[in-house]
Amino acid sequence: MTVRPADNAHRPAGTPDASRPAGMPDVNPPAPVGKRPPAGPGATVRPAGLRTRWLLAGIGAVLVALVAGVSLGPVSLPPGSVAAELLNLLPGVHLDSGLTEREIAIVTELRLPRVVLGLLVGALLALAGGCYQGVFRNPLADPYLLGVAAGAGLAVTAVIALGAGAGGALTGMPLTIPLAAFVGSLGAVLMTYLLGAAGGRDRSPATLILAGVAVSAFLSAGQTYLLQRNSDSIQQVYSWLLGRLATAGWHDVRLVLPYFVLTAVVVLLHRRELDVLSVGDDEATSLGLHPQRSRYLLIAAASLGTAAAVSASGLIGFVGIIVPHTVRLLAGSSYRVILPLSMLFGGAFLALTDVVARTAAAPAEIPIGVVTALLGGPFFVLVLRTARRVLT
Amino acid sequence: MTAPAVELRGLRVELGGTPILAGVDLAVAVGEWVTVIGPNGAGKSTLLRAVGGLLPAPGAVSLFGTPINSLRRRDRARVVATVAQSPVVPAGMSVFDYVLLGRTPYIPALGRESTADLAAVHEVLDRLDLGAFGRRELATLSGGERQRVFLARALAQGATLLLLDEPTSALDIGHQQEVLELVDQLRREHDLTVLATMHDLSIAGEYADRLVLLADGRVAAAGPPQEVLTEALLATHYRANVRVIPGDHGPLVVPVRPR
Repeated sequence: MTVRPADNAHRPAGTPDASRPAGMPDVNPPAPVGKRPPAGPGATVRPAGLRTRWLLAGIGAVLVALVAGVSLGPVSLPPGSVAAELLNLLPGVHLDSGLTEREIAIVTELRLPRVVLGLLVGALLALAGGCYQGVFRNPLADPYLLGVAAGAGLAVTAVIALGAGAGGALTGMPLTIPLAAFVGSLGAVLMTYLLGAAGGRDRSPATLILAGVAVSAFLSAGQTYLLQRNSDSIQQVYSWLLGRLATAGWHDVRLVLPYFVLTAVVVLLHRRELDVLSVGDDEATSLGLHPQRSRYLLIAAASLGTAAAVSASGLIGFVGIIVPHTVRLLAGSSYRVILPLSMLFGGAFLALTDVVARTAAAPAEIPIGVVTALLGGPFFVLVLRTARRVLT
Repeated sequence: MTAPAVELRGLRVELGGTPILAGVDLAVAVGEWVTVIGPNGAGKSTLLRAVGGLLPAPGAVSLFGTPINSLRRRDRARVVATVAQSPVVPAGMSVFDYVLLGRTPYIPALGRESTADLAAVHEVLDRLDLGAFGRRELATLSGGERQRVFLARALAQGATLLLLDEPTSALDIGHQQEVLELVDQLRREHDLTVLATMHDLSIAGEYADRLVLLADGRVAAAGPPQEVLTEALLATHYRANVRVIPGDHGPLVVPVRPR
């Protein structure tokens, strides 16, 4: 006889269950009839979840970043006109923004794609960081934990160094460096996974993190060696390593978008499971989950998204670790809150950072990775201080 | 005749090549409270983990007449709930959300909790006098309060088989009694079956219907507390010098300094 406990989630407690086989006790403890949850403090408690005001704040941040990112630049445009022009992109909207043809082209073909790319990359990095922190139950986890940075770094260095040797033919092609970064990132994560799995039966998150450290060290050594041998390419490599949002129009956006959608869907669908994983693998198993399976699926999705982000914009640090923690401190520690808000605020943060990166020292651009750390560091310290005040 | 809640037939578990359990037979009837005792390293926790499905034990473990391997995880989670020895307390999680985790086996894999799930959590919180704690962060509760919350999560699971691994090891004697009285009361009210491990022998004997003495991965003795808690058995398997005094609810074991 096979016993299948009845799905009693929607069955009133204590009612007989015809599908329950003999011998299997009723798994639904009878509730006292007529007794309802008292109207005391317990009755109004709601489960952790995304509150509307935070969702609105996140969307507002994205809109502000969008308008500011498009308005500000060598030619500053009035934000009102920019907002009108952005609305014109929606089907069925025809507003008079008062912008010239040339200014409209600046908006739609130059600045908007760059801002959108910033939103996508920032959202991906913050989402992947939050996801890794949950999967590894480690607040220090960031999207580059499993070797993504080192893998991309080595691959890009190899392409630039060897390509320069080949007369620049290789680096001349627009897709070569992004492709190398993408392949290098995923290759490194795969190496980490295989190395971690080779550790035998103990496939704990800690084993995987250690494997990531080993792979990162190994690949970084290779990169350093290559740079040493090809010192003339150091500047080009470093400008890539420090990160920048490409300005190749909508092309990069189109490249990143599919990975963005895939990663966002997979990770967001698992936001509740990440909360369950926070009590540990044993308990998650007792509660009916497959922690190992979920962990690998989430790592794969987050790594894919990170690789796409890295291939479009280089190694932008800090976003993946600071944004999820800021959200956690301010809006709540459930992954149902952290993950969606990290996407919104991560995207807004990176798009706004990019405004600073391209205007602060104009006409020169500051590498965006430098700006994220310069702005993000003090901001996070501020959040830490305020949050502690709120908590105690 | 109803099948026993737990049936172990020749349960063997090896961890890293070391045999931990070397053929354990055990049956726990529905509604019974059985406590596993034994010296450190006897395999008590391992036994509980195997019954909870956390260790592969092909063919050796049956729950309510069904081999545990043939149950899907979610279905198993509706039948057996475990309170670990020292459960992880996630930072920032409220008591309400923690107890809601117990509803995981009823919530669709990628879905969200229903009003029935929320009602079940409210009900369990009220029953364990935790209603006022719902909003509190679990990490800010005292040991005794936390233990009640851990129990609440297990009860919210709606399982009738409760596995308690050292449920009182972190508590002072007053709270030990409070928690165990609560477990016993819930067991009577809801026909729960309890399989526990415990270190304190007197308390183990006072609350359990039967004790199982585990030593070196085997059942050394099993039966009513007065048959298991004997000076001779405890001297052999614990290498302890004790005096056993008859008490109102079972033998009282008092350690005595050797000579």
